[in-house]
Amino acid sequence: MIEFQSVHKQYGNGTVAVQDLSLTVEAGTITVLVGPSGCGKTTLMRMVNRMIDPSSGSVLLDGTDIRERDPARLRRGIGYVIQQAGLFPHRTVLDNVATVPRLFGNSRRDARRRAAELLERVGLPNDLGKRYPVQLSGGQQQRVGVARALAADPPVLLMDEPFSAVDPVVRADLQDELLRLQDELGKTVLFVTHDIDEAIKLGDRVAVLRQGGYLAQYAAPDDLLAEPADDFVTSFVGRDRGYRRLSFLDSQGVCPEQADTIRIGDTSADVPSRAGWVLALDHERRPRGWLLPDATVDGQLTENQLLAGGSLYTEGTSLRGALDAALSAPSGLGVVVDADGAYVGVVTARHVLDLIESRRRSVTTEGAVP
Amino acid sequence: MIEELLKFFGSPSNREMVLDALAEHTYLSLVPLLLGFLVALPIGRLAQRVYWLRGMLLGAANVFYTIPSLALYVLIPGLFGWPLLSSNNVVIALTIYTAALLVRPTLDALESVPGHVTAAATAMGYRTGRSFLTVELPLAVPAIASGVRVASVSSISLVSLGALIGTGGLGKLFTDGFQRWYPAQVLIGIVLTVLLALVVDLLLVGLWRLITPWTRAGGRVLPS
Repeated sequence: MIEFQSVHKQYGNGTVAVQDLSLTVEAGTITVLVGPSGCGKTTLMRMVNRMIDPSSGSVLLDGTDIRERDPARLRRGIGYVIQQAGLFPHRTVLDNVATVPRLFGNSRRDARRRAAELLERVGLPNDLGKRYPVQLSGGQQQRVGVARALAADPPVLLMDEPFSAVDPVVRADLQDELLRLQDELGKTVLFVTHDIDEAIKLGDRVAVLRQGGYLAQYAAPDDLLAEPADDFVTSFVGRDRGYRRLSFLDSQGVCPEQADTIRIGDTSADVPSRAGWVLALDHERRPRGWLLPDATVDGQLTENQLLAGGSLYTEGTSLRGALDAALSAPSGLGVVVDADGAYVGVVTARHVLDLIESRRRSVTTEGAVP
Repeated sequence: MIEELLKFFGSPSNREMVLDALAEHTYLSLVPLLLGFLVALPIGRLAQRVYWLRGMLLGAANVFYTIPSLALYVLIPGLFGWPLLSSNNVVIALTIYTAALLVRPTLDALESVPGHVTAAATAMGYRTGRSFLTVELPLAVPAIASGVRVASVSSISLVSLGALIGTGGLGKLFTDGFQRWYPAQVLIGIVLTVLLALVVDLLLVGLWRLITPWTRAGGRVLPS
């Protein structure tokens, strides 16, 4: 557990980076510090490993004031993933990951063996270990950065905008990977970002900071979207917060219906007679696209004759995906698939909206706070 | 000319004299190169870390570099009370030159180490000294290397001037050769000085390649 107790940071030139701020980060959870640049989020995070000392107030790590700890030793027990990965360019990937075990005095062989385990754990092939960081893609470098931070198995992990320099697709992969790792490892993670979507996706709790180092709101992501504390938080979480909040509504009550389907390779004789949209499936029952109402098939059905489908909704995930599938499909029918990607049924936007409405009614009649 | 050269090398005492001069020249130029580097390194580091000292240290380095070498050769024995002909005078003078020449490149090289890398070293739990020796210095080597190559050439050529006040090295072949109007000897002195500079440069380049394997890993991203 990390406790910030009335921490304040003022620099020599009078700039206040953090304004008398108190915050508790629960053990075993991901807490995200989010805010625009100049809000003091990185300053606050760097107080935890004493890269910055507060002007007043104190930081407690598991109940102990960190000012009583030797900075270098303290840091070896706290994993740190820095922006741009911060890998050592002159060391191989394996030796980068072995850094902290070496600082703890482990032999080179033991440290490298531990490093190889970590590379596997973050999903990197073993032979990557012999390369230099410059020979890795941005996403791979970030994974190495995470592996290096975890190498000495620290209970606390600090992550300073670790995924901001990679493209959106890779970033989403890295975020999923972090959540998977966190399920396995249960670290106390303090994560800094300026991206509210990233904060909402990763955080068990999210602290929104605003310029001048003020804590604007500290809440679970769902509460942040439902009840922003003030105008700043409202504008920072963005206009479509109502839509994004669907990420936190579970799939209970979703009843997929059956659409007309056809297989790739079928002939016109197989087209259902009813006039309507027809969903084309491949031989593993994965959706491939839509056939327009009243369309005819020349010879065998190929993918060229299909209209591209919308996003797919995986059974059991949040309602945001269900609504998006319905809205993005050309037919207005959101395709529901199982975990293996095989067709289950379809939902309409109307069905999802009715579900949301009925949930709201039940919450209101029960008298609970929405 | 070739005849003269053959005649010159025909004498065993001449051969011995040239080899001695070459050995002494090598010693008098490389020892100050090493010492100068060892002096410039902490000064460069200090200039990097203590901002208000930076201008003063760089200024001092420039001033030392502008003192004529011949004046130093004469001045140093006076300061230390050594005989004028001691080779220590040349070693100390050239150490000062090399150090003065290398302070700036060393500072620039240390400054060129990316901030996120040094911050990462701190955050991993490196203490300042170990971070300097095992992270910052290795990464500064490629940039320091070009400075050291310039300094090596400068040092090798300045040793020759020592001959004017009577210390050893290949410069003696010039002074002696000119006085007795013996062109073969002057030519040998020139050729050997240039060769020495080239060989030392090649060795330095080889050394850098050996200790900086990552710089040749290339910027290409290999498929995983």
